[in-house]
Amino acid sequence: MASASLLKSSPVLDKSEWVKGQSLRQPSASVVRCLPNGPSSLTIRAGSYADELIKTAKTVASPGRGILAMDESNATCGKRLASIGLENTEANRQAYRTLLVSVPGLGQYISGAILFEETLYQSTVDGKKMVDVLVEQNIVPGIKVDKGLVPLAGSNDESWCQGLDGLASRTAAYYQQGARFAKWRTVVSIPNGPSALAVKEAAWGLARYAAISQDNGLVPIVEPEILLDGEHGIDRTFEVALKVWAEVFFYLAENNVLFEGILLKPSMVTPGAECKERATPQQVADYTLKLLQRRIPPSVPGIMFLSGGQSEVEATLNLNAMNQGPNPWHVSFSYARALQNTCLKTWGGRPENVKAAQEALLIRATANSLAQLGKYTGEGESEEAKKGMFVKGYVY
Amino acid sequence: MSCYKGKYADELIKNAAYIGTPGKGILAADESTGTIGKRLSSINVENVETNRRALRELLFCTPGALQYLSGVILYEETLYQKTADGKLFVDVMKEGGVLPGIKVDKGTVELAGTNGETTTQGLDGLAQRCQKYYEAGARFAKWRAVLKIGPNEPSQLAINENANGLARYAIICQENGLVPIVEPEILVDGTHDINKCADVTERVLAACYKALNDHKVLLEGTLLKPNMVTPGSESPKVTPEVIAEYTVRALQRTMPPAVPAVVFLSGGQSEEEATRNLNAMNKLKTKKPWSLSFSFGRALQQSTLKAWGGKEENVANAQTAFLVRCKANSEATLGTYKGDAQLGEGAAESLHVKDYKY
Repeated sequence: MASASLLKSSPVLDKSEWVKGQSLRQPSASVVRCLPNGPSSLTIRAGSYADELIKTAKTVASPGRGILAMDESNATCGKRLASIGLENTEANRQAYRTLLVSVPGLGQYISGAILFEETLYQSTVDGKKMVDVLVEQNIVPGIKVDKGLVPLAGSNDESWCQGLDGLASRTAAYYQQGARFAKWRTVVSIPNGPSALAVKEAAWGLARYAAISQDNGLVPIVEPEILLDGEHGIDRTFEVALKVWAEVFFYLAENNVLFEGILLKPSMVTPGAECKERATPQQVADYTLKLLQRRIPPSVPGIMFLSGGQSEVEATLNLNAMNQGPNPWHVSFSYARALQNTCLKTWGGRPENVKAAQEALLIRATANSLAQLGKYTGEGESEEAKKGMFVKGYVY
Repeated sequence: MSCYKGKYADELIKNAAYIGTPGKGILAADESTGTIGKRLSSINVENVETNRRALRELLFCTPGALQYLSGVILYEETLYQKTADGKLFVDVMKEGGVLPGIKVDKGTVELAGTNGETTTQGLDGLAQRCQKYYEAGARFAKWRAVLKIGPNEPSQLAINENANGLARYAIICQENGLVPIVEPEILVDGTHDINKCADVTERVLAACYKALNDHKVLLEGTLLKPNMVTPGSESPKVTPEVIAEYTVRALQRTMPPAVPAVVFLSGGQSEEEATRNLNAMNKLKTKKPWSLSFSFGRALQQSTLKAWGGKEENVANAQTAFLVRCKANSEATLGTYKGDAQLGEGAAESLHVKDYKY
């Protein structure tokens, strides 16, 4: 059982004083290669894109804003459309994504949008490029670059994430098309162990993806999702998360990834979905912040939490609880279902509902923006927003 | 278990945080008998127990000095020594609000097959020794691992071996109530530039924290004692502001906020240099969720030693010199040092000795 006193913050350091003193001169982030005296090689981080990566990461991690994850693969998008009685056609996917990217004023609360490849190359129903609409909205376009999960041979029925083959040329092409950040989602399953092999593979894959992305101008979002599935308690989640993040950061360092140019997308530390003991937002915040403090170097600019099946309101409340004090990284959201659920249901596929659906999305975006600032009060939330979205054994 | 949660957890967290109190730092007075002999001979003083005791009494009993210190690292002999009036040094410290610490490593040995790289000994019987030291009043420990920069150094073997040793030492300390100071010193010797030092420091610290995490060390109950990031000793110097940027950036990239404080080693820098560099770091406007302080040996004692010369009649002057450095470094932890400390003889003198062996 975790001692409650472990979760108290240091009695001595005044954390509000974390940033003080003279401004940091901006040296070039990548290391100079030529060395007159020694023959030893130096670490080159992020190639020629270093400064841009740092700037993009900072932009996405700006106060009061977070990410709209709308990168559902065609198959997954099909599930969403089916839930409102729509056929999974390109036209319907285009209509839905047009609705999302065109929400007036969305850029005030959303700093980045993750797209699926189809959407990156798509135009809206009005014939404008999706990426152009986003950029005009002051939203940075991002792109899902992984190729999904497949069974991990030799493991305890666990998965690993594919997508490294040809990743360099794909990321370069995505950059040309306007993407400025990437996302790769791998998973770890607590009921299945996780085995040391699965954790190592997840961490190593993320590290390789991150290095390649940076080399081609994309800020990598590093996402090792620890699945909600299971009956385990919050302490077990915490233990696994500590292990996973230690591996992730070690391999990121070994791959010479530029930490100032990445973003993280962790799962919050919560009990498993089938655990009888539930946790309050305060407990989730305490455990999650403790995880971050023990594993995340301050040079990482932003931590954009996934919602992973929490209800819209739950995801907002938990985020809000984490932002009640200053943190050395921007602590925000990268939500898909927890931003889109009510919006999708409100739309129902009908053009006459577009405006109302867009307003619904704006409500969630605003709520999460307030949560990022630690100012969310929860007034006026609808019942729909409170419905849990956990699906056992959920496959994206 | 995700990390150490035993009976000393709360105390470790409290003591580690206390050591990082802004305005305070550590006096490293843990020179082994052999090493202190070198210091004493440099001022023509015989290396006998009474002289070693006298020097340490001079330091610990300097009026007004203890307020600037949160900890003092001792060698085993000193842990049990007393003032001339018969008061235990550890009691003098306790009364002055200073935590006694203890060097627990047993020195370095060469790693076969490497180009003179080393690992640190001392794990055998460490648990029992820590218990003994805790009973004698020690509340933190120190273990110095050493790495060097060269064409093929530090090697992966040296990094892994030293990181692992530090992690084992750390968890054993925590199990026995001592806050472990984790010290992976990368020697300043060499012709490399500051970029190289930064690169190596970041690699080494990443490996250290990986090892600490794998060994389930409670990070909130540890301290880090790293080298500052500087050019090699045979390379052109840079300003304190540049050292500050590179050093803090290396820490930002490797040190989780759970670690409460960094207590830098001085590693051959002059007294004044070390103070100015620390000051520049604390003036830097950037993310620093840990406090940045000092754990200086030579850089706190050099001018004091020269002023003393082993003579009773010089004690007052020597203590004045010591107080000056303590106060200057205290200000440096707050970023308020104005560079106006009365420079004692030798305060600006480099203390670097090539291939220095402790």
